Parts: sequence; structure tokens; C-alpha cells
Amino acid sequence: MESIILQIAARHMRPLLVVLSLVVLYRGHNEPGGGFIGGLMFGAAYILYAMGFGVAKTQKILFFNPINLTAAGLFIALLSGLPALMLGDSFMTGEWITFFAQTAFELKLGTPLLFDVGVYFAVAGMLMLVMFSIMEE
Amino acid sequence: MTTGLFLLVLSLVAAVAPFLRKYLKNQAGWVYAIWPFAGFLFYLSLLPAINQGVVFTETYTWLPALGIDFSFYVDGFSVLFSLLVLGIGTFILVYAGYYMKPYPMKGRFLGYLLLFMTAMQGIVVSGNLITLFVFWELTSISSYMLIGYYHEKPEARASALQALLITGFGGLALLGGFVLMAIPYQSYDLAFILSNPDLIRQSNLYLPALILVLIGAFTKSAQFPFHFWLPGAMTAPSPVSAYLHSATMVKAGVFLLARFNPVLGGTEVWSYTLTIVGVTTMFTGAWLSVTQTDLKRILAYTTVSALGTLVLLLGTGTEYAINAAIIFLLVHALYKGTLFMMAGNIEKKTGTRDIRLLGGLFKYMPFAAIVMSLALVSMAGVPPMLGFLGKELIYEASAAAPKAHLFILTLGFLTNVILVFLSLRLAIDIFWGKEPSYAKTPAEPALPLILGPFFLVLASFVLGLFPATMANPLTSKAITAISPGLVAIKLKLWHGFNLVLALSALTLLSGYLVFRFRKTLLPVIERFNTRYFSREFTRTFFKGMDSFLVLTKMKTKTLQHGYHRFYLMTLFVIASVLVWVMIWRAEPIALELNFSEMPLNLIAVVVLIIAATISAVVSNSRVIALISMGVIGFGITIIFIAYSGVDLAITMIMVETLLVILAMTVVYHLPKYQNFSSTGAKMRDAMVATLVGAFFMVLVLQAGTSSLEAPISDYFKEVSYSLAYGRNIVNVILVDFRALDTLGEITVISIAALGIYAMIKLSKKQS
Repeated sequence: MESIILQIAARHMRPLLVVLSLVVLYRGHNEPGGGFIGGLMFGAAYILYAMGFGVAKTQKILFFNPINLTAAGLFIALLSGLPALMLGDSFMTGEWITFFAQTAFELKLGTPLLFDVGVYFAVAGMLMLVMFSIMEE
Repeated sequence: MTTGLFLLVLSLVAAVAPFLRKYLKNQAGWVYAIWPFAGFLFYLSLLPAINQGVVFTETYTWLPALGIDFSFYVDGFSVLFSLLVLGIGTFILVYAGYYMKPYPMKGRFLGYLLLFMTAMQGIVVSGNLITLFVFWELTSISSYMLIGYYHEKPEARASALQALLITGFGGLALLGGFVLMAIPYQSYDLAFILSNPDLIRQSNLYLPALILVLIGAFTKSAQFPFHFWLPGAMTAPSPVSAYLHSATMVKAGVFLLARFNPVLGGTEVWSYTLTIVGVTTMFTGAWLSVTQTDLKRILAYTTVSALGTLVLLLGTGTEYAINAAIIFLLVHALYKGTLFMMAGNIEKKTGTRDIRLLGGLFKYMPFAAIVMSLALVSMAGVPPMLGFLGKELIYEASAAAPKAHLFILTLGFLTNVILVFLSLRLAIDIFWGKEPSYAKTPAEPALPLILGPFFLVLASFVLGLFPATMANPLTSKAITAISPGLVAIKLKLWHGFNLVLALSALTLLSGYLVFRFRKTLLPVIERFNTRYFSREFTRTFFKGMDSFLVLTKMKTKTLQHGYHRFYLMTLFVIASVLVWVMIWRAEPIALELNFSEMPLNLIAVVVLIIAATISAVVSNSRVIALISMGVIGFGITIIFIAYSGVDLAITMIMVETLLVILAMTVVYHLPKYQNFSSTGAKMRDAMVATLVGAFFMVLVLQAGTSSLEAPISDYFKEVSYSLAYGRNIVNVILVDFRALDTLGEITVISIAALGIYAMIKLSKKQS
């Protein structure tokens, strides 16, 4: 079942969706979005691709295995709890660093963002893992 | 150096031992033995201060909120035990390093031994009930690894499992006992508990706590009727038998009883239980050892007997009894460690442990023969070995026991006669008896193999010869530690002519007579045992385990039937019925339904959802049902948007889309739609669905109208930006305030995904 329309759409939509998912991930703290939705979008980008080109070809353009991606996500999420421990707070307390304070480029980075990245990877990984297994049937 | 630091170092050595052995080659035993030896010297150096009455304590915070700390409490009793654990441990490591040479994975073996040593040392210096329990469990686990070391042998695995299950069961009981014990104190701190014995004695929790602690102690110390795991554990390599199953681990139960003697001891229940269990174990162990022919099993049964004696003495609780308990503890560890190591040596040199196949070994290994015979002399209780003092004290204690002293004295006498008989038999049969033909000529064991036995026997000899100057300082504070108010008796070899000395002489004579006429006596005992004691506790134990497994299988089959629809039904029915009961008992609520404020477009969406629901239920086509479900989902999304739940709406759209894609890929493979459900089943499903649906509706309506307190969302709204620098409250809750919940959730979905993956791959492989 090869559809030219789906293939062309998937080829062009994939990078767009990936970028969009990253934007959604980053803006999640202040506006609608976040790691969960971002992860779903990221996964959806590749599922769309798999629908057009088949799972085998999609696995090839992915430079990681969905299982490893899930594991990496969990690991990052767990890791994000550790800085708080080292600073003497209880596990998973949010810790923040501010760059360029008091300027127009003020940038706040914190462990919750890292945690959200973990969620993003874990959700994307598990989505692809399940969908690919079923679609391969 | 401190106790905490020492334990840390010892556990680190244990951790690296398996890897270092490659570089240390055959010197590993010597190198590892340095550490316990350093500890031995450390505790020896504490002895003068201890004898002045000092108690060393250390505390490292662990879970302060629960009152659980890593704390250590070192008094005279702890020091005595530490010296035994580390002193014998030093020799055992040297011995094991050489003994295990021909076996694979020796490094791991030494690591387990060191791990066990850490755990055992931890038990004896623990200053907190929970710390003690953790070390206690660690000894069970490391003992499991050590007994099952020859894991290719099924009987080694079975024995290891049996020992683990029994001591593990006891460990759980012990934990329960500790928790109950801590309730009246509001503390797990040992020093505090020991200094306030009345708090627990006057509470109702005394009896349950006592029973649980006793179960823990009796399983660990192989007391009747749990004694059978110890002879079974003899499948372990000899260093393990010498260390764990004679000198240290099995004494942990005795340690526990002695440690809590000031708090739990002295009551009627305590003395009756300990006396009865102790006497039974003492005599049963000795009696069963008579007909054994495996050298290690003989020693194991006499160990059971010795442990029974110790429990009996603690139960008696008089001044003589407590003194006897401490001295005998020392005596037994010294001679039994030696005997087990020698049993290993003999097996190594001759290839057998069956005493019927051994004889005339004195010619080949005279030095080893003398060492082992001296240990046997100590076991028989002949002067001037320390064993003589131990036995004398036991007789004195039994003769002066407050209750049933004649009964205790008789059984104690018989037990000692058996010990004398066994000593004679082992010494004479093995070293001087008729020589069988050996496959290879036996020779004197190598230095590392004889070093431990030699020094332990030497200690037994010196302590026995100079009791007042050598043995008293070691034990006097141990005695007062476990029984405040009692004094250590001045030990001496010569007591003058009295009843006890006469009894000792009679014991020796009877033992000799039994040995003399063993050819006629043994078959009689053998026949008696096979007829009345066709014991096989082990078989009963495993039969019990098997029927337990059958039971759990039945339970699993009933509860885990494998039908997804029934799992869901169970969940839904139970959850909704529980909530219905709550709703029923709560005050009636006024349900205000006001449709007039609802915008028209939303009413249209709701109507659409209802229509789609009906269509999904009645449709005879999967595709139509799927599309209808999609309509429901997107309808709900619209409602979310209308009430500005944008996050929810986006997630919902994603999930709905993916769900439809997923369903479509699956639908492809499904067989043609057929109607299997009977009308009855449909009615049942409809009822369940109505029950659940109605409960959700009532719940939501009630949640909207009743306000108990200020909702937590106000708090989150307030602090979301100030504390967590985020304006999206939903996301801030997810990744910051409730991050641990989210971590749990992504773990669950990852495991679920792995499960799906495994199931699909597996079914593919099978087909």
C-alpha cells in the first residue's frame, strides 16, 4: 500500500513536525505545551513516515532504537532529580540557573526543563516502540 | 578508627574481592585476611576501656524522620563477639584462600565470605533495631550464596533455598517483633531500650514482641523444630561450615537472645520457652549425631546440640547459667571452628568424609592429628582445655536451675556423655583405627590449612590453663552487659571435690563405656532411630513448600484468568461500588442542573457525542465503531477548548489521532466481525456500563457543587511563577510540583510499551 501523496507529505512534514515538537517542548513552561505533547508530536512525525515508507525504512533513518530512546528518557528524568540532592534539597526539587540576568536575553534553565526533556524522550520512545511493533505485523 | 569506618572498609574489600583475585593469585586469602585481623586488633585494644565500664557508641543519620539511624553500640558483649567473628574470620580467609584453589570463581567465594563477615560484625555492634535487622538479613542472603556455592549440584541448591526460606521467615518475624518492641519506646535506639526494660514489660505488646523475636532467634540458631536446615547446610564448602555454621552465624540467634535478655528476659514465658526449646534441641541434636557417619554432619548435629545448650542457659538465667553461657559460647566457637576446618582438611587429603572409610591417619599427618585431638578433648570437656571449664559451669548451672533441675541435669549429662563418646570415636577411629586403602597417600595439610586450627586450639588451651588471667578479662563485661546486676564468677580449673567434679568424672567414664561397647550399642540405636525417628524434617519441609506452591498456583489461576474484559469489569465494578457506598452514606446533595447558561454550540457538540456513542454501541461494523469513537474524542476536545483547557485539548487531539491510526493498523488483521455475546452477557455488560457511567456523572456533579476547603489549584496559581518560574500551571505541576508522580507515570508507560513489544515479538517468534 504505497501512496505517493502520503509519501511526499510525510517526507516534508517530518522535519517540520520534529522542529515543532521541540518548540512545544521548550515553551511548555509558560504556554500550552510540554514534554508529553512534544513527545507525542515527535513520535507522530515518524509514525507518519512509517505509514508512507514502511517501518523498516523508518528504522533506518532513525539513528537510535525506540527502546534505547525510552530508556534514555527515563534516565534523563531520573538524572534531573540529582542536582537537588547534591545541593542538599530533597530529591527532584527544581534548581535553576539564570544566564544574562537583567538583560533582554535573560535565560532561565533549570532541572524541570531537563526533566521535561526526559519525559519527551520517554513518551516519544514508547509511542514509536508500540506503534512500530504493531505496524510491522 | 571507628566501628562505622571499619565496617565500611570491610564491605568495600568484599565488593572488590571478586575482581582483585585475578591479580593476587593464590595470595588472595592472606591479603583479605589483613582486614579482619586489623579489626581484631582494634577491638582488642578497646578491651581495657571496656573493662573499665566504657560503652562506645556512634551514630550516623539515616532516616531521622523515622528514628532509624546507622548507629553502633559497642559494649563488653559486642567486643567478645567481634573478637570471635574477626579472629576466626582471619583464619578462615587464609584457610579458604588455599582450600578453594581447585574450584572455579574463588574470588567471588572470598567476596561472599567478606560480605558475610561485614554483616555478622554489623549485627554484633548494631545500636539500632533496624540497623541490626538489615545486617541480620544480609547474613541470611550471604549464607544463601555460600551454601549454594556448588550451584551445579541440585542438593546444594535445595539446602541453600531451605536455609534461606527458614531464616528469611525468621527474619520477617524478627522485623515484626522489633516494630512492636519499638512502639512503647517510640524509638529504635538500642541503648535507650536496654536502659528502660520496664517500658516493654509493662505493655501489652510484650508477649507478641517476645514471640516474634524468639521465632527470629530460633530459626537462625537452628533450634528445634527448625534445626534441620543446619545439617542440610553442610553441602557448603568446609570454610563456610567452619565459619557460618559453627562459629558465627548460627550464634546470631543466641546473640539476639542474650542482647535482649535485660529487656525481654527473666519472665516466666521467657524462661519456660527457652528452657523447653533449649533442652529439646540440646538432646535431639546430640542424639541424632550418634548414628551419623558423615564427619561434617556429625559436627553439624553437635552444633545444634551446643546451640540448644546456649539457649537453655539463657533461659535458666541464674548467675551460673549466664556465666556458663558466655564461657561455653567461647569454648564452642574455638573447638568447633577447628573441627570443621580439620574435617575439610581430611576430606581434601583422603577424598572422603565418611568416618567408616577413614583410619590410621596419625601416621601420615601427626601434627594435624594432635591439633584435632586437642579440639576433641575440649569438646569432651577434659582439663586443662577451656571446654572443661565450660562443662563444669553448665553442670553447676543445671544443678542450681530454679525449675526442673533434675530433668535438665539428666539430659545435660546424657548429652555430654554423647559428646565424650563422639570425641573418642572421631579421634581414635580416624587417626588410630584400622587403616583402609587410600586412593592417594594422605599427607600433612599445607600451612594455610592448619594455621587456623592450630591457633584456635592454642587459644582454647591457654584460656583453659590460665582462666583467671586470660579468660576472665575477655568475658566478665560481656556477662554484665547481657545481665546487669550479675557478677562474673572467678574462673578456676580446680574447684575441689564436689558434686560437679564427680559428675564430670562419671561423664567421662560413661562416654568411654559407650565407646567401648559401640559395636553392640550403635546398631540398637540405629534401629531405634529408624523406627521412631524416621524424621526427615527436610522432606516434610519441601512437601509443605510444594503444596504451598500448588495453592498459590490455584489462586493465580482463579484471579489471573487472562480475560481482558473480565479484568476491566472487576476493576470497574469494585471501584464504582465502593464509590456508590460512599455516595450513599454521604449527605444528600442538591444536584443543580442548569442548562440555560450553556451556549448553543456546546449543546450541539454534546448531542453529537451522544449520537456517536449510540452509533458506536449498536454498529455492526468495526470501522463505523472506530470512527464513532473518534467523533466522541474530538467532541470532548472541543469541550476542553471551550473551557480553555488548551493543554488537555492538544494532548487529546494527539492521542485521538494516534489511537485511530493504531486501531486502523490492527483492524486490518482482525477476522470478520461476529456477534458472540449472548443476550444475558449483553445485559450484564450494559448494567456494568450504566453503573460506572452513572457513578462518574454523580461524582462530577458533586465535585462541582460541594466545596470542602480552598482548592489546591489556588495555591498552585499563586506560587507557580514565584516558586517554579513557570506560567503554565498544568505543566509546572507535572514537571516540578508533582515531578515524582510524573516520573512514576513515564516509568509505567515505558514498562507497558516494553510489555507490548515483548508480546508481539514473542508471538511472532512462536508462529
